[in-house]
Amino acid sequence: MICSTGFRTLLRKELLRFWKVGFQTVAAPVVTSALYLLIFSHVLEEHIQVYAAVSYSAFLVPGLAIMSVLQNAFANSSSSLIQSKVTGNIVFVLLAPIGHAELYAAYVLAAVVRGLMVGLALLAIASVWIDLAWAAPHWILVFAVLGAAILGTLGIIAGIWAEKFDELAAFQNFLILPLTFLSGVFYSIHSLPPFWRDLSHYNPVFYMIDGFRYGFLGVSDVSPALSLAVVSGCLLVLAAATLQLLRTGYKLRA
Amino acid sequence: MPAAIEVQSLAKSFGRVRALDAIDLTVDAGEFFGLLGPNGAGKTTLISALAGLVRPDSGTARILGHDVVSDYRQARRLLGVVPQELVFDPFFTVRETLRIQSGYFGLRRNEDWIDALLHHLDLTAKADANMRSLSGGMKRRVLVAQALVHRPPVVVLDEPTAGVDVELRRELWEFIQSLNRDGHTIVLTTHYLEEAQNLCTRIAMLKAGRIVALDSTANLLGRLEAHRLRLKLGAGACLPAGFAGKASREPDGFLSIDLKGVDELAALLTGLREAGAAIEDIELGRPDLERVFVKVMRSA
Repeated sequence: MICSTGFRTLLRKELLRFWKVGFQTVAAPVVTSALYLLIFSHVLEEHIQVYAAVSYSAFLVPGLAIMSVLQNAFANSSSSLIQSKVTGNIVFVLLAPIGHAELYAAYVLAAVVRGLMVGLALLAIASVWIDLAWAAPHWILVFAVLGAAILGTLGIIAGIWAEKFDELAAFQNFLILPLTFLSGVFYSIHSLPPFWRDLSHYNPVFYMIDGFRYGFLGVSDVSPALSLAVVSGCLLVLAAATLQLLRTGYKLRA
Repeated sequence: MPAAIEVQSLAKSFGRVRALDAIDLTVDAGEFFGLLGPNGAGKTTLISALAGLVRPDSGTARILGHDVVSDYRQARRLLGVVPQELVFDPFFTVRETLRIQSGYFGLRRNEDWIDALLHHLDLTAKADANMRSLSGGMKRRVLVAQALVHRPPVVVLDEPTAGVDVELRRELWEFIQSLNRDGHTIVLTTHYLEEAQNLCTRIAMLKAGRIVALDSTANLLGRLEAHRLRLKLGAGACLPAGFAGKASREPDGFLSIDLKGVDELAALLTGLREAGAAIEDIELGRPDLERVFVKVMRSA
């Protein structure tokens, strides 16, 4: 059933939806992240060294890349759902014989694709002037896909829960943004005071970033196996919760 | 053959509002069925329950024998719904919209039928136009096309002609009637009671979540024993005794009287002639659904 025409059509529709406004959904976040990279690497390159023999720019690039992946994956599924709900065209999906697992998979896969496109584009731009190491590419792919899937899933939850754009913005700005910014994108958690370092271990986004960065640098704050376990566990829990929301029709079917 | 729609003890409340109060309803395959009622009567809730947009509190609903909850995939494949709200996806053209809707229902190559729908609904020239650029009437027609894109045997139209101009409304009904002749079951809700009277063979009237009348259109019209006579009398003329109390004056100056039959009409005309009353104008109307509707709603 998961490969049904209905699922494939919904996935294609979701891909077309963001691709038709590619300047807004892909190009703009790439440019924003590239500017972050340009400014932070220029200003801090000589002042910070997180790991021995690793320049700050080389440390920063994976963090910014996975942050872009995560934020855009969340933005894709959440904005698609809230727009469909507010304009009412969600009814076309709800009237169709598409199961809740297919709905979930289509929205998450589209979110993953958009996240990976933005992340890849940023890496391509960064590699022009920064020498990137690719220590363990399979970890890069694994954490990018799992991280995007988690944030795509959170986007579905936010899109279902929010009844107006203001509520979605609250979800994004008071939950997603702090979790991503306070997870080691710009620093190693070992540079933090003990309390904040310990607290960071309860932030699942930290494990996505740390594991993703390990794929480039070959070093990380915690082992990639631990990161993989935490990230996989988070995805399973969130996926189960989202499937339950879709199955019961919470805030979608009256 | 199972009924096109079979609803048993269907109930749904929104807070304290009982939108559907244990509704029982059967619509046979091939019928052109009307669902009428004032705003808030429960028509859209009933349609939404059939379509899976509303989860009933209790009771069951089946589309051609398939339960809309436990066998929702098959039930939805057999049902096409034109929603009441003018909704559209602003990212896509008309043709893309119909291709996407086809795909949702498992149809990958549906171009011939999409072209036929565009033709019948006079949308061919707008096939590649973005949905945002269409007028309200055109968007309404795209909604009709979306409901029909998977050739459902049961079609539910919730106020399909709101905002559609007269000529296109006529063309739309000709198309829907041709679908009905081809065997599609049509369920219609509309506030244009003349449309319901002309199109529907059977009608249910809802009020406050309950069915208050359910019969063939002919039988419902037969509930009005009266023919309505409208006449304008000359200056100083009065109605004969026995008729004056039954008449009401309308804004255009006509007197309106419900007469039970030809004998009563003859008595009135005789009385007027004997009184020497001059008749300036006279109209005799047949029973219409609007009057039946008003009568049923007042008595329910």
